Amino acid sequence: MDITILYYLIPSLIMFCCGVYGFITRRNMIAMLISLELMLNSVDINFVVFNRYLYPENMEGMFFTLFAIAIAAAETALAIAIIINVFREVKNISVSDLSKMKH
Amino acid sequence: MDYSQFLAMKQEIALLVVFLLVFLNDTFLPRNAQAAIGKVTALLFGIFTLWGFCPVVIGEGVQTAFEGMYETSPVIVAIKNILNVGVFIVLIQSLKWTAGESQVIRRGEFYELLLVTLFGMYLMISGRHFLVFIIGLESASLPLAAMVAFEKRRYESHEAAAKYILTAVFSSAVLLMGLSFVYGLCGTLYFGKIADVIAAGEVTNMVLLVVSIAFVMSGMGFKLSLVPFHLWTADVYQGAPTSVTSYLSVISKGSAAFAFLVILWQVFGQVYSTAWEWMLYALIILTITVGNLFAIRQKNMKRFLAFSSISQAGYIMLGIIGNNPMGEAALMFYVLVYIFSNLAAFGVIGAIENNCGKVSMDDYNGLYKTNPRLAVTMMLAMFSLAGIPPFAGFFSKFFIFTSAINQGSVAIYVLVLIALINTIISLYYYLLVVKAMFIKDVDDFTVQPFRSACSERVGMWICVAGILGLGLISCFYDTLLNVVGLS
Repeated sequence: MDITILYYLIPSLIMFCCGVYGFITRRNMIAMLISLELMLNSVDINFVVFNRYLYPENMEGMFFTLFAIAIAAAETALAIAIIINVFREVKNISVSDLSKMKH
Repeated sequence: MDYSQFLAMKQEIALLVVFLLVFLNDTFLPRNAQAAIGKVTALLFGIFTLWGFCPVVIGEGVQTAFEGMYETSPVIVAIKNILNVGVFIVLIQSLKWTAGESQVIRRGEFYELLLVTLFGMYLMISGRHFLVFIIGLESASLPLAAMVAFEKRRYESHEAAAKYILTAVFSSAVLLMGLSFVYGLCGTLYFGKIADVIAAGEVTNMVLLVVSIAFVMSGMGFKLSLVPFHLWTADVYQGAPTSVTSYLSVISKGSAAFAFLVILWQVFGQVYSTAWEWMLYALIILTITVGNLFAIRQKNMKRFLAFSSISQAGYIMLGIIGNNPMGEAALMFYVLVYIFSNLAAFGVIGAIENNCGKVSMDDYNGLYKTNPRLAVTMMLAMFSLAGIPPFAGFFSKFFIFTSAINQGSVAIYVLVLIALINTIISLYYYLLVVKAMFIKDVDDFTVQPFRSACSERVGMWICVAGILGLGLISCFYDTLLNVVGLS
């Protein structure tokens, strides 16, 4: 059986949509962060697969993925730090408790 | 490897030097020298800003580095200089706040994070490859989240930071998704080469290209807080410390606007009419209208300015549509004027907040009786933001409308007409503030007469000079037009 590019692209697209869905529906900030990671990782898969299947002569997509992984790690670290700060302040990490600023 | 190509990156390297000096000062010098960190940073940055105007830095023609991943030209240097001026004012205005009791242990970090974000914005503006652009975008937006969370003892600061970081990561994920499909369609991430591939008609799937452009535009729309991607703006602006809010609203937004201009025209310019013309029209109309309508009902001054800055972002987008030298010069002029006007408003808000912690619009009732100078500064800022003739804001709006109309289609006329009607609506809520300060009569003033700190006054004087000078002296716009026309 031939493994074509679609075998990678469709799961990555499903992963991205799961991420968006989770980000919108989840109220727990850690769960939202996990959804964001899903989205970022599906982008990484996309870049690698496009690079490997369509443009194997240069490594642009692979390098982009390496940098994207590092950036995603930095984002997560910062987000976790902020969530810990929030937890210390309100003893909860649900976003529904973070709505005191309105109007 | 040819190391002389680093010479093209003069401003970035000089900014890194400033950053390292500030960092070393903060880390290794004795405690009494650390207390002066804000002044040292402002001084170093002031020298750096002035140095940016030297002919050595401006150079001639387009210079590139790293196989064309990085590009600089007199226009780009001028854009960076505009941002530098704004950052310098922000630095001066934040001196009083960082010297405060609760900030004393981490005041150095504020300046370090601020300089790093500025470095990221430089890369964003100069990058001609999406890798450089994304690294710049992320290093411009991630440290800002830490800056928003800066006031550890205030609840609002945490709420704002959590909202900011989650939406920022979400938006960059959406942007990256769009980019991955652009890469899949074009096989390259160089701005120029993508444009070549699109121009040669080698893109097989136009629908996918339009979808990925929509992804890229929504990712950038988050950064610029365009409607419908604006939901984070009001909360973050209200919760963040005032210095950070002013930085977010002018410098971050200005740099994102310039980067957006480059991406839309240099990368996707070929498919303007088929792909993103109508998207941009819809974004502009929604942004200006919704920003204006929500600004009317705000009672908190920072929230009020957040919505006002959303609608200003819509006007900034108008400069992107007019893809001609005049449009670019108008965009630069608009951002420059916006920097002065908005920073004047935030300067007054910050001074009052530092003095008595009041940010509600009702607290400004009768401000003219107690603090006439602050009230007049605020009035000038509001008039300039609304676009009342003798002040700079009128001319920046005038130029940006003219450059958009030069495009010449009926749709553009309708768009500019809607923008004009919105200017009138905006006049109403800007004048509400002026009315509160000058006309409303109250017996017990919430803001007592006080003398603001020397640094705050210097910052406000610079802003007032900018508002009046850019409005009354016409040479600035001509200079910008010359710079843009030459290259």
